[in-house]
Amino acid sequence: MITATDISKRFGDLEVLKQINMEVDTGKVVVIIGPSGSGKTTLLRCLNLLEQPESGSLTIDTQTIDFRDKISKHKIRNFRRLSGMVFQTYNLFPHFTAIENVMEGPVIVQKVKKPEARQKAEGILAKVGLKEKADTYPYQLSGGQQQRVGIARAMAIDPKVMLFDEPTSALDPELIGEVLRVMKQLAEEGRTMVVVTHEMNFAKEVADEVIFMDEGAVVERGTPLEVFEQPKEERTKRFLNLLKE
Amino acid sequence: MSLFNSILWLSSENIEILKDSFLPLMRGVLTYTIPLSLLSFFIGLVLAIVTALSRLSGIALLSGAARVYVSIIRGTPLLVQLFIVYFGLGNLGVEFLKFEPFTGALIAFSLNTGAYASETIRASILSVNKGQWEAASSIGMSYMQSLRRVILPQAARVSIPPLSNSFIGLVKETSLASTILVSEMFRKAQEIVATTYTPLLLYIEAAAIYWAICFVLSLIQGGIENKMNRYVNT
Repeated sequence: MITATDISKRFGDLEVLKQINMEVDTGKVVVIIGPSGSGKTTLLRCLNLLEQPESGSLTIDTQTIDFRDKISKHKIRNFRRLSGMVFQTYNLFPHFTAIENVMEGPVIVQKVKKPEARQKAEGILAKVGLKEKADTYPYQLSGGQQQRVGIARAMAIDPKVMLFDEPTSALDPELIGEVLRVMKQLAEEGRTMVVVTHEMNFAKEVADEVIFMDEGAVVERGTPLEVFEQPKEERTKRFLNLLKE
Repeated sequence: MSLFNSILWLSSENIEILKDSFLPLMRGVLTYTIPLSLLSFFIGLVLAIVTALSRLSGIALLSGAARVYVSIIRGTPLLVQLFIVYFGLGNLGVEFLKFEPFTGALIAFSLNTGAYASETIRASILSVNKGQWEAASSIGMSYMQSLRRVILPQAARVSIPPLSNSFIGLVKETSLASTILVSEMFRKAQEIVATTYTPLLLYIEAAAIYWAICFVLSLIQGGIENKMNRYVNT
């Protein structure tokens, strides 16, 4: 479903991503972990083209982009629709109600008729447990509810993959569970997901593959069991030990 | 003696003048002051949005042109701009640059509003969190769709108070159009003074009418702000 080859990205002199390769099969959940500044968020943003790598190529579903070519805006837009992005700070549209947030992509981008889009949005909101909050503005919702609207908004464009950028990092501890539950449910339904997170228990339970990144490179990858219980690399061990403290 | 005079000032004769002058002044308001204000404000607003987006475009030619425009307009008096457009261009001998007084005033006021308001709009666009652009892009929106659906509606909320300031300022500045013989309200007042010789009375009356218009505008501003604030926690 996703094939990323030799993705490199720099911010000025800083090499944030060094020839990253990754592969995600349909229906699999890949969790990316690593210390802050390791490039994990940048990698995720590259999958959605919010950042454009200098080199490498990326395939999602049937579309491929080679970053050495000049890429048209049209192509970028089409490519973005393949993935649904969930942001750390939700980034809901504050001037729209919950359901309007969810309908916005289908109505404006995919030109779905409003009644049809509303019906679909109601279904998605029900799925994330927010049916009764449809007509509420984001500021009236808790952080966990806002993030669930964020997930619903991303799902509404029927993406082939879901990308989560530290979806629970901005949440109060007691609100994290409700968001993780929704994500777990999506994983169980067989959605292809890439998740950047610090929630190690979520990674252990849900991930098919865990990627540990440090200093812009993949240090280690494997099943949760391999990475968490029998890490081979010194840096992975150190990072995991820091988390236990 | 002077106190006595002041009390006598609102004599029946003066009240008569006030009554007689009110309708002509209001005609000036309705036929020139308000249309001129509204039209120049809306043309100016369109100019301002284009200018602000040019400034923010990152395209050197566009942002440079926008900078020069804003700099020239902000660096010169409105009265001078008005004279250049009406008397200056009108004197070139080119037929289509000979404007009617109203058109000349409309051009000068629109250009002026456009420059000032562009800074307001630029600041309010920048005040919208970068995450909003990203969220809009992430669901597949184009630049124009993001702007229209996500960014400008939020920028609008921020820009209402300073834009209201600009509009209220503009209403009062239309009095400058009297200098190029637009029969707006202040011009009417001057004409009446020329026959009645009661400058204090007429100019205070004109001032009161300007104040009343601006008072109504402030009320409208409050209403718009309330409507726009419905989605923020206040």
